Amino acid sequence: MTNAERAPQRSFLRGLATSLEGRPRLRLALLLGLPLLALVLIYFGSLAILFLNAFWQRDTFTGHVIREFTLENFVDLGRPVFISVTLRTIGMAIAVTLTCAVIAFPIAYYMARVASPRVRGALVVAVLMPLWASYLIKIYSWKLILSEAGVLNWALSPLGIKGPGFGEIGLWLVFTYLWLPYMILPLFAGLERIPSSLIEASSDLGARAVTTFRRIILPLTFPALVAGSIFTFSLTLGDYITPNQIASGKQFIGNLILADFGVPNLPLAAAEAFVPLAIIVAYLLIARRLGAFEAL
Amino acid sequence: MATRRTLGLVAVLALVATACAGPAASPSAAPTANVTPAPTAPGTPAPTPAPTGPTLPTSVGEGEGALTILNWPGYVEDGSTDANYDWVHPFQEQTGCQVTFQSFGTSDEAFSLFTTNPDQYDVISASGDASKRLALAGYVQPINVELVPNYADIYSSLKDQPYNTFDGVHYGIPHGRGANQLMWRTDKASDQTRWDQEMFNPDTTLNLSVYDAAVYIADAAVELMNTKPELHITNPYALDDTQFQAAIDLLTAQRPHVKTYWTDYVAQMDSFRNGDVDLGTTWQVIANLLQAEDPPVAVGIVNPEEGATGWSDTWMVNSHTQHINCAYKWLDYVASPKVNGSIAYWFGEAPGNSKACDFIASADGFSDATHCDIFHAADNDPFWTNIHYWQTPEATCVDGRTDVQCKDFDAWSSAWTTLKG
Repeated sequence: MTNAERAPQRSFLRGLATSLEGRPRLRLALLLGLPLLALVLIYFGSLAILFLNAFWQRDTFTGHVIREFTLENFVDLGRPVFISVTLRTIGMAIAVTLTCAVIAFPIAYYMARVASPRVRGALVVAVLMPLWASYLIKIYSWKLILSEAGVLNWALSPLGIKGPGFGEIGLWLVFTYLWLPYMILPLFAGLERIPSSLIEASSDLGARAVTTFRRIILPLTFPALVAGSIFTFSLTLGDYITPNQIASGKQFIGNLILADFGVPNLPLAAAEAFVPLAIIVAYLLIARRLGAFEAL
Repeated sequence: MATRRTLGLVAVLALVATACAGPAASPSAAPTANVTPAPTAPGTPAPTPAPTGPTLPTSVGEGEGALTILNWPGYVEDGSTDANYDWVHPFQEQTGCQVTFQSFGTSDEAFSLFTTNPDQYDVISASGDASKRLALAGYVQPINVELVPNYADIYSSLKDQPYNTFDGVHYGIPHGRGANQLMWRTDKASDQTRWDQEMFNPDTTLNLSVYDAAVYIADAAVELMNTKPELHITNPYALDDTQFQAAIDLLTAQRPHVKTYWTDYVAQMDSFRNGDVDLGTTWQVIANLLQAEDPPVAVGIVNPEEGATGWSDTWMVNSHTQHINCAYKWLDYVASPKVNGSIAYWFGEAPGNSKACDFIASADGFSDATHCDIFHAADNDPFWTNIHYWQTPEATCVDGRTDVQCKDFDAWSSAWTTLKG
């Protein structure tokens, strides 16, 4: 390619650069336009369509959606079974979140403040490792662990006891296993950020380990704890495959949405889908109050 | 500051939502993978057959090179489950139509998949609780049975039935029929002959496995036809308030003993193999596969005395198909004595083609003269009077009663959800 051929292209780029010069807003618009469009159109657009569907009626025999306004689907959310399933789901999400926090804290603390750099690296890899395996593989592995002829019952048989088997307790174990990395990582990041000088100052001033933990470490890592809990809570809230495999027919919100989608009753499924969304929004508002987003 | 916070909140919301969507989207088989807002295309206007008769294809031309099938498990086998059972590759060689197939676990799943992806599947094997809905909503098209030579050999008791022919118009080719059976682990339970021995026995000590679909309520209704004649149930899919409540009561008493709900036959096999359940509803193919394992899982299987629910299936063609010639070629191929017999033998059901029994009795690899007796293939076998084919419950009672309202499918679905809890 000769210089003569390259020249027009270069002058075009230069012209573009000149026209962008001194126009920061245009530059920003060009940079963010596409991603923002994707967010607004694809993400909020599909949410809007979902929300719209919740107000339509349907032909009960053929399942066709009839585009006539009704609030019936939201009234149906008051069914006793939906309320009890919602409470069960929220209870499970809280239980899983608390368990994850209790298990994750010591691990994250050791990783962030005690372990040598080499051990820390190995632990980070160990925590991330399960995330490389397929979520379905992990659930099916747990089915083999929890089943009547499974590893857990075999290991416990010398003690004369049996594992929890399938059901809500088994499900709680599986969820805790599945979401634990999502709690460890934010906690690890939060604990790492505490300046050592604060802890040293605390002990210099005569505080015991427990007091240092209670008055220095816990308050400073609390936002990270809340950030991790957002993951464990919301992931538990939205899951339907794990309950379907582990919970012995006990249903969670996701299962009801799936079942109604399969009837097919799209309007009711859409209305039901707004319940976990509302719960998460409420949770996030509370989390913001607690300062969780300052830790991000 | 305030705007920055809001922005941060929005960003986190998006992050969380993507995280939530991650696992949910992974299994491609789950019907939620395709959340299209509404199946408008096929519904408006619903092409109910005109009284003058629909315009039907008059000839079958060259294949279009591709065919997508939505089928019950075991109905389309390409040798990947068992190398001896392959009727996909011969079809592809004969017709040049490359077959893509996807199986489903319940009629509701099939209906939902088919109607939310109205252009995706060319052919479907539909049981009665899906076929009528598909036809009346216009998702499947009328069939010119003249173009399906093997139709002539289909048992006459399967033709012109209320689940494959509407207003005198054929909507598909009958496939065959079978019954939902009772299976038990022979090392955990004694020999079974009746549903109320353990399955509907509120005091049973066994762990049960139940088919996970609202249509299972009909199994309870069949039991009530035997044990509570005073309820006067004549069709387990036509239940008025009292009859329906009695069925729900029976299932509520059963609920504490139910360990698993199955729709995936592989999962049902796992439950029996791992000893998580001792007794449950089944299809013959599940028992066959378990008994053929090495080492075999010790299971027994029976058609209980009370009768049972069952199915009579129909091969139907999408009204939007772009592969109509391949679809007709498949209809004829799958109804042939050889393929129809192979499927019936593999799945464990009565074939629809009257010549399939000869094939099963004599062909290499089958040579089973008892199959058609065991599965009561013959036209008008009295066995079928006790089998109630799956059907969609409607508010206008499907048994013909006009003095009462029956529970419609919505009521069944909602009761099923409540029952599982």
